[in-house]
Amino acid sequence: MSNLNWTEIFGQAMDAAGVLIETQPATADHLSAWQIADRHWQKLAEVAMTHRLRWSAGWAEQGPEQFSVYVLFEKQGEYLQVRTSIDLNRAELPSQATVYPAANRSERHTQDMFGIKFAEHPDNRPWTRHKAWDKHQYPLRKAFAVQGQPEAITPPDLDYAFVKSHGAGTYEIPVGPIHAGIIEPGHFRFQAVGELILNLEERFGYTHKGIEKIAEGRTPESLARLAGRVSGDTTVGHAWAACKAMEQAANISIPPRAALLRGILAERERVANHLGDIGAICNDVAFTFAQIQFSRLREDWLRTQANIFGHRLLMDCIIPGGVKHDIGEADCDAFKADNVRLRKELSDIITTLDLNSSLEDRLYTAGFLSEDIAAAFGTLGYVGRASGQDFDVRRDAPYPPYDKVTVKVALENQGDIASRFWIRYKEIMASMKLIEQFMALLQAGEIATAWQIPAAGSSGLGIIDGWRGEIVSYVAFGSDNKISRFYPRDPSQLNWPALEKLVLNNIVPDFPVCNKSLNGSYSGNDL
Amino acid sequence: MFRLFTKILSTGIVTERIKAPKDAELEQLGIEIKRHIDRRFSGSIAIRAVDAGSCNGCELEIHALNNPYYDIERFGIHFVASPRHADVLLVTGPVSRHMQTALLRTYQATPNPKWVVAVGDCAACGGEFGESYASCGAVSNVIPVDMTIPGCPPTPEVLMKGLLGLMKR
Repeated sequence: MSNLNWTEIFGQAMDAAGVLIETQPATADHLSAWQIADRHWQKLAEVAMTHRLRWSAGWAEQGPEQFSVYVLFEKQGEYLQVRTSIDLNRAELPSQATVYPAANRSERHTQDMFGIKFAEHPDNRPWTRHKAWDKHQYPLRKAFAVQGQPEAITPPDLDYAFVKSHGAGTYEIPVGPIHAGIIEPGHFRFQAVGELILNLEERFGYTHKGIEKIAEGRTPESLARLAGRVSGDTTVGHAWAACKAMEQAANISIPPRAALLRGILAERERVANHLGDIGAICNDVAFTFAQIQFSRLREDWLRTQANIFGHRLLMDCIIPGGVKHDIGEADCDAFKADNVRLRKELSDIITTLDLNSSLEDRLYTAGFLSEDIAAAFGTLGYVGRASGQDFDVRRDAPYPPYDKVTVKVALENQGDIASRFWIRYKEIMASMKLIEQFMALLQAGEIATAWQIPAAGSSGLGIIDGWRGEIVSYVAFGSDNKISRFYPRDPSQLNWPALEKLVLNNIVPDFPVCNKSLNGSYSGNDL
Repeated sequence: MFRLFTKILSTGIVTERIKAPKDAELEQLGIEIKRHIDRRFSGSIAIRAVDAGSCNGCELEIHALNNPYYDIERFGIHFVASPRHADVLLVTGPVSRHMQTALLRTYQATPNPKWVVAVGDCAACGGEFGESYASCGAVSNVIPVDMTIPGCPPTPEVLMKGLLGLMKR
């Protein structure tokens, strides 16, 4: 095997296919940037598929005369961002969703928000748009005012064409947008026979808050705050990705101490969420012992965070250029004590769960996601890793501070709920180790770099591994230090479609535990 | 099974054995809440939580009310699955326009007398998201609100204090 970066070989293949590539300066490590003509957009996807590139993200941006449409691919930790430009008056592009199922909802989102038509798209229904704005209005176009022209009461979206089932004995179950528990809103449409799920269709967009639009015109500090609220459980992850993108645009690098502190914050966020999830998965099969124990452990963990960082969920700890709070010796001791306590507790509790036959009965083989389907949707994080997708930004495209340590990535290939349970446990153990390594590497120094105003038109692409998996954040600056475009791609966007597949042939009463094992973010998906 | 019971016994009741001053205060708070609930609601109050478009941060902290440290059910406060069973609607988020009708219908489905508590900065005043083509902003722009509990997100302790404030009205 040669060490040749695959982008060169891929570039040759594109040449052979008659596609002219214009190489552009890359803004980050592990990232190449190309520009191609719009008519080759689908060809690009076809060649990318034969080279087994992973489709990672897609977004658009309006310039003075043209729309720029971007797609991001990844393979072996190397990213390739490809851009094409289309005329404002002829906003049409061949669809990549015909080749990559992962591009499906992303293109529908771009279609709803920019009015860019994706020709031959396999599913031309709206996605993010319900009834808050008119079909022929496009909120992310510059001419669209942020206040829009909403009706006094936005009517419900009643004409969405759900897939129908026919035949004796089949019936539909509509669920949501408001669910029975304390969770985010979204709609699930089941077709079932008896208790067996024949088909599930997700309908989201209920929590659409216009994040991309209201980001425009913000200052870097203000964008970091907003990014920290794209999905409340991933506040560190999204704030980090957005700040990383802004730092690239401003061409500044953060001090080593700030990078280590960000690493500690991100790993603590991962542990906190996994603790909550493990308990909740067990709770959804009525095993409340685990729920009580894990919610107790999570509370202990959050209280330490409140004491040290002043916020239980770690909101607003990451700022452009670095981090807000430094930590001292005593704080490091508190983190170490947390780890010691958690390891001891887990050794008790996890053994108990492992030996429990009722959990075994409910979690093993349920909610099976095959490696092929996981790969086809570009499934990320613990969902992907439980179905053999051996990818982690921290290891494969390492960024500070992960470039200073060896990141061991847990992997399972059983693809069931039990796999997604055990992956989380393994990730908790790995994260605690990382926190200790980061603390050992801490040296006195600055915790933030002074901000430099980025040149108008500069942009950055922040790619990090949040607790749910790879987060991609695109930020572009206009003049006067103001944001002109922000697009955060939460891992949920690629994981949600996998839920529609992994519930098939399960029974309706197992849907909650299937859903919890994936635990997608609605807010991060709807933006 | 033996391990399970050992763990339960060795964990003990964390709810009552915490000696930190914060938790003593919490206990006091709970007792006071309980007194009001007993007097006005015959010992029990049913809450329906509605996420009308939040980032999910507030939900995480509302969840924490049910962990064994806060164990809010011991004071007679419990969460129900239907607005038809609820005395109180606990609404989070700026109300997204796509959730506006759903929230209105939930409000209509809740029997009188009912209270609405807007939880978190977004629900109280629109927060980081404000009003836009996609967001109605504060909950009070959509349904009548009896009380707000600010915070981004409010901690479980602040939530409990807020609920107590509601009882005292």
